[in-house]
Amino acid sequence: MTARSIRGTAAAALAGSLAFTATACSNPDSGSGPDGGDQESAVVGIAYEPDSLSPLLGYGKDGNSKLFDGLLAVDGDMNLRPALASALPEVGADGTTYTYRLRDDVKFSDGKPFSAADVVFTYRTILDAKTNNPSKTELAAIKDVTARGEDTVVFTLKYPYAPFAQRTVLPIAPEHLAGRQDVNTGPFTTKPVGTGPYLLTNWSKGEKISFKANPDYWDGEPKVKKFTMAIIKDDDVRATRLRAGDLDGAILPPNLAKGFENDKGRRTYSATSYDYRTVTLPTHNKVAGDNAVRRALDIAVDRDTMVDKVLDGAGRAAHGPVPTGSEWFTKGTERVHDLAKAERILDEAGWKTGRDGVRTKDGVRASFPLWYLSGDKLRQDHALAYASDAKKAGIDIKTQAGTWEVIEPRMRTDAVLAGGGAPGDPDFDQFSLLNSTLAGDGFNNMAWYDNPAVDKALDAGRESGDKQARKAAYDTVQRELVKDPGYTFLTHIDHVYVVNDTWGTLTTQVEPHDHGLASGPWWNVEKWAPTP
Amino acid sequence: MARMTGRRLLFAAPVLLVVTFGVFAVAAASPFDPVKSYAGTAGLSASQETLDQLRANLGVDQPLVACWWEWLTSAVTGDLGDSAVMRRPVADVITERLGWSVLLATSAFVLAILLGTALGVAAARRPGGWLDRCVGSAAYTLEAAPAFWLGLLAIWFFALRLGVLPAGGLTDSGSDTVTFGQVASHLVLPAAVLGVSQMPWFYLYVRQGVADALEEDPVRGARARGLSERTVLLGHAWRSGMLPMLTLIGSRVPELITGALLIETVFSWPGIAAATVEAATSVDFPLLAALTVLATAAVLIGNLLSDLLYGLADPRVGFDG
Repeated sequence: MTARSIRGTAAAALAGSLAFTATACSNPDSGSGPDGGDQESAVVGIAYEPDSLSPLLGYGKDGNSKLFDGLLAVDGDMNLRPALASALPEVGADGTTYTYRLRDDVKFSDGKPFSAADVVFTYRTILDAKTNNPSKTELAAIKDVTARGEDTVVFTLKYPYAPFAQRTVLPIAPEHLAGRQDVNTGPFTTKPVGTGPYLLTNWSKGEKISFKANPDYWDGEPKVKKFTMAIIKDDDVRATRLRAGDLDGAILPPNLAKGFENDKGRRTYSATSYDYRTVTLPTHNKVAGDNAVRRALDIAVDRDTMVDKVLDGAGRAAHGPVPTGSEWFTKGTERVHDLAKAERILDEAGWKTGRDGVRTKDGVRASFPLWYLSGDKLRQDHALAYASDAKKAGIDIKTQAGTWEVIEPRMRTDAVLAGGGAPGDPDFDQFSLLNSTLAGDGFNNMAWYDNPAVDKALDAGRESGDKQARKAAYDTVQRELVKDPGYTFLTHIDHVYVVNDTWGTLTTQVEPHDHGLASGPWWNVEKWAPTP
Repeated sequence: MARMTGRRLLFAAPVLLVVTFGVFAVAAASPFDPVKSYAGTAGLSASQETLDQLRANLGVDQPLVACWWEWLTSAVTGDLGDSAVMRRPVADVITERLGWSVLLATSAFVLAILLGTALGVAAARRPGGWLDRCVGSAAYTLEAAPAFWLGLLAIWFFALRLGVLPAGGLTDSGSDTVTFGQVASHLVLPAAVLGVSQMPWFYLYVRQGVADALEEDPVRGARARGLSERTVLLGHAWRSGMLPMLTLIGSRVPELITGALLIETVFSWPGIAAATVEAATSVDFPLLAALTVLATAAVLIGNLLSDLLYGLADPRVGFDG
């Protein structure tokens, strides 16, 4: 073999590999509409990406999934309204049966009609033990779901559960497609077909998700014909690409959003949220489990300064899982920053200040570790501010960073800077945070909170269908939290978005802890219309 | 030659076995919990019962050897299993992404070889000349510079300051059809950065090889016979100077793979390397094992290729054994 033939072989090999590349990389795209004008397409930058687009695995469980509809949907004021159901459900007298009548004019985007069988299929599949849906705990109340004819679905519950209707915003999958493949890994998880206002045109994992308007949408074809979510994890890159005109809108941290304040062509939106940051005070820790320490910390911490300094003003002081702006918030449970009173509580309980400024009682030093998720700047800032406030009251909190793998085994005795928040119903956050039967169950009730009065009120709150009775129950919970704070709630965080002015003034919903994908000003992009 | 190829291929099987077992062992020993990463934020509110159910469904509650054996036996029959992190069959993930990685790595490799050879030959003509000194010091600097740092620098300069090339992705964020022009323009930066980061090795080898060859008797003889400089350089010195580079081509394959790993992440290139990072941090056994087999195979084939090329180009070098 000569050098010439080697070169020939190399060239052939190269050509072969290029040809292979060309065939292997066939475009998975199923076609796209014509390139519309500026106002007909929108590209937004988001920070998180869903793992799957299948509702059976948890996608869009809180409603608002663009590709799908739930039986019900949540409007801008967080009220439930019918979507695939033709009206709000009829609730049985004992609160354990929910009956939904369905619309009869809805088709999946492949042209097949939607019916009660799809609803039954969706819920039964999610509850099936073989389905890897990590959120199935949220539907634990369901005993059975059955179809009565083509257009009626009846849910039977194991116990009366007032917030159940709120759970039925979860998207409905088509049985004729999703039912014929592996629910956990089948093609439906990346190429879903739904009834929603948009169709998926492309999902390039780690890069972007593209949608086009569903021309046959039962609620009217959206005016924004093309909608793209670009997945950009880095905050600075997202801000730069927004400035460069590559994006029409993006979620940004408050300090980066400030740079767009004086921009005439863009508007900044602050969405209020249920997204809280809290410190768990584990019952099994000798210091953090002490009632006097808990009460002292609750008022020693300066929440308003945290909002100003840590959140750049984009947020509110939190006095419990329920934000102060919510109708479920109990007036009078606001904690006022009062260091002197905190010191008095500790003095009276026998926590004496030692030589190094840290209190002790019966030989126990007022000190415990506080963990936060490493890499999460916001949690770190909260943890440091909390520790510094506690120090002034004579409590020594050692902040430590770690991943969940490190933190989880320590949650029983060590404090954790935790976050969470699910809007919609007061039951969602409070039951899993405070119910003693859920202590140490996964990440539920991380503080091992145990208060019989709270347990009783939580049960009353979820079982009663009467709003007055429910309000009274949650008032009890929030008042008990003042007497026995198992958590120190610090802040509720606003989510800040910057969007081009093209579509006029937009709105935002009250947002959950998880943010950026379904929420943001594009929660109702299907209703956007260009400004005239 | 055929005997060497056959023996190397026989040898590859136990190597691959050991490597996959190593992957399972290291992943099992890592502190990452596959169930936690599968559940994501939903896991933070899931009950223990749900988490246990997930653990059983994902098959990660079994001992290490059982996991590995199960993966291996089904892999032999062609079933690579399902990727938990991508929520799809491993075979699908690989076929969809491998092509883009091959495209990126091939372009970068070709660029590195062409650039390295051209500059090397040019510099070897005048050792100590200005070109030699400039390119030489640049090559040493590049050798030391991490590929991801070069990538960030390139994004900052070409995408943000000049705005002439896209900063990442396979296509523009507003477009969802994969066209040749789009991919070509998005390929420029990552391929150039990866290619340039691999270039110094080729440059240095070629420069040294050609410079040495120019000093050898046959070349001196050719010059003395009055052959043109062009014939001397390309006909005599280049061919013998290229020999050491042929071995280099194969041995650079592992470097190319690790380089691509970082470059794909920096440029959000939807290739196989980006999936490897995700598979590793999520302890996605099936995907990780399959990708490791691929990478190991690439390295083994690279080594075989360089030995074959060397043997073919220089008859004095025998095929081992």
